[in-house]
Amino acid sequence: MNAGDTAWVLVSAALVMLMTPGLAFFYGGMVRAKSVLNMLMMSFIALAVVTVLWVLYGYSLAFGNDVGGGLLGGLDFTGLKGTLGSLVGTAPTDPNSPWVNGHQIPHLVFVVFQLMFAIITAALISGAIADRARFWAWTLFIAVWVTVVYFPVAHWVFDFNGATGADFVGGWIANKLGALDFAGGTAVHINAGAAGLALALVLGKRKGWPREPMRPHNLPFVMLGAGLLWFGWYGFNAGSALAASDLAGVAFITTTAATAAAVLGWLVVEQVRDGKPTTLGAASGAVAGLVAITPACGFVSPLGALVIGLVAGVVCALAVSLKYKLGFDDSLDVVGVHLVGGLIGTLLIGLFATTGVNPAGKDGLFYGGGVGLLGKQAVAAFVVLGYSFVLTLVIGFLIQKTIGFRVSTEAERTGIDEAEHAESGYEFSSLRGGGSSLGRTADILAGAGKIREAAGASTEGAGQ
Amino acid sequence: MMLVTAIIKPFTLDDVKAALEQIGVLGMTVSEVQGYGRQKGHTEVYRGAEYSVDFVPKIRVEVLTDDATGDKVVDAIVAAARTGKIGDGKVWVTPVETVVRVRTGERGTDAI
Repeated sequence: MNAGDTAWVLVSAALVMLMTPGLAFFYGGMVRAKSVLNMLMMSFIALAVVTVLWVLYGYSLAFGNDVGGGLLGGLDFTGLKGTLGSLVGTAPTDPNSPWVNGHQIPHLVFVVFQLMFAIITAALISGAIADRARFWAWTLFIAVWVTVVYFPVAHWVFDFNGATGADFVGGWIANKLGALDFAGGTAVHINAGAAGLALALVLGKRKGWPREPMRPHNLPFVMLGAGLLWFGWYGFNAGSALAASDLAGVAFITTTAATAAAVLGWLVVEQVRDGKPTTLGAASGAVAGLVAITPACGFVSPLGALVIGLVAGVVCALAVSLKYKLGFDDSLDVVGVHLVGGLIGTLLIGLFATTGVNPAGKDGLFYGGGVGLLGKQAVAAFVVLGYSFVLTLVIGFLIQKTIGFRVSTEAERTGIDEAEHAESGYEFSSLRGGGSSLGRTADILAGAGKIREAAGASTEGAGQ
Repeated sequence: MMLVTAIIKPFTLDDVKAALEQIGVLGMTVSEVQGYGRQKGHTEVYRGAEYSVDFVPKIRVEVLTDDATGDKVVDAIVAAARTGKIGDGKVWVTPVETVVRVRTGERGTDAI
């Protein structure tokens, strides 16, 4: 075990945890004021429900010994039994594995790091169905979705042979197919994006969309959220080196380079198309770049990362308009940013991957590796896309037909915060007891007067 | 007595207030309102989707005055709020039957 590696992965896990509240603000600022709390809660509840399932059986389904075909982990680690005191990262049998002998970390550190990925993947989907999903139906959806979609797909992509047990077999994408996905372009972003598309179709459009304006109510929140996501993403990407190593440094710089290029790419598209660069565009471009570099960050050069980021910024800026043409209400562009960005990053690895950066990786088309890697990347991307889309459609319809997924039209009109949570995000009107500036000022002045009187009285008392 | 109501551009409020103080107006009520006239609204773009925002922010200024100074008040507001561009707003005058000062119970012009 290496203390430096362990410390870095622990910090990375905390960084990735922060991404989920960051995402909540990124999404929360984009909805209307009457549904901001529900939007925050849809992300926040993922922290709760996914963590409980992860401890009970989720980690085991993702990282237990394969039950057959590289499709699902077994029940070796239910209740996290057998993880305390053991190490992971020994004896990689696949050259793609990020695990390097000598870089071992405690098993539970790996457990908590991977947990944070499961949480944010589920939370990402919520943006597709803003303003209209019943809270407990959404919570149930998360529980079922991570169980039948995320845990298996994480096994496919992240579980390398021999990583969590000496002779354990891992997932098919990581070991048999040999596609490259450093931090989750397939398992996280394509997965969440495809699920978002399916759920947007199951729940249908918001009332009045796209005729009525549904403008973001708080762009500073969106910027704050994008900043927190960018910060936390260093744990996501550089942490995925699972070591405090050169490779973590590579992932750190490629993540930064791609994100920077994507911001510029998105803003240039806006300047040309709409005539103005917007803050929402800058925040969206950053996230698009972060998404696209996620699978590639440990396999490409900094220059390759600039190209991937630029492509993601430009293409995602154009892709977010598709929903208006095709008529699905992916409210906050989970498809346009995460599905499209995830596909861009996963596929461009087939062109830009180089063993000059990571000897455990492969060479892509531009580095003399031929088209073989591109083909593998495409298989991984589209199988995850198809699996997630179809299973999410089924889960969504089952929930819709049984307990109901959507709030009533009236609840949607008056606002989901009031209907589902009996709260409102902002209360400034003195008429409704929220304390206007005038009312508050008077209260504060009156209170200060009392404090002064009390202080005066006690001083007198002391004098006597 | 009359009530002068003005809808003005928000950034002209300070000038309007100064002009009213200069002619001896002792009080006014202002509120933030939204609306449109011939100016109409403006267009905002979010992720490439254009939204036309019809209601634009304005300030409503209300001044109670006696009949003699009504015209002066109107002229002062119009002069201070005018930028010459579309959307400068409107000022109108309505007759007022009674005014009562809450604290003292004074009525009529004494209460202004």
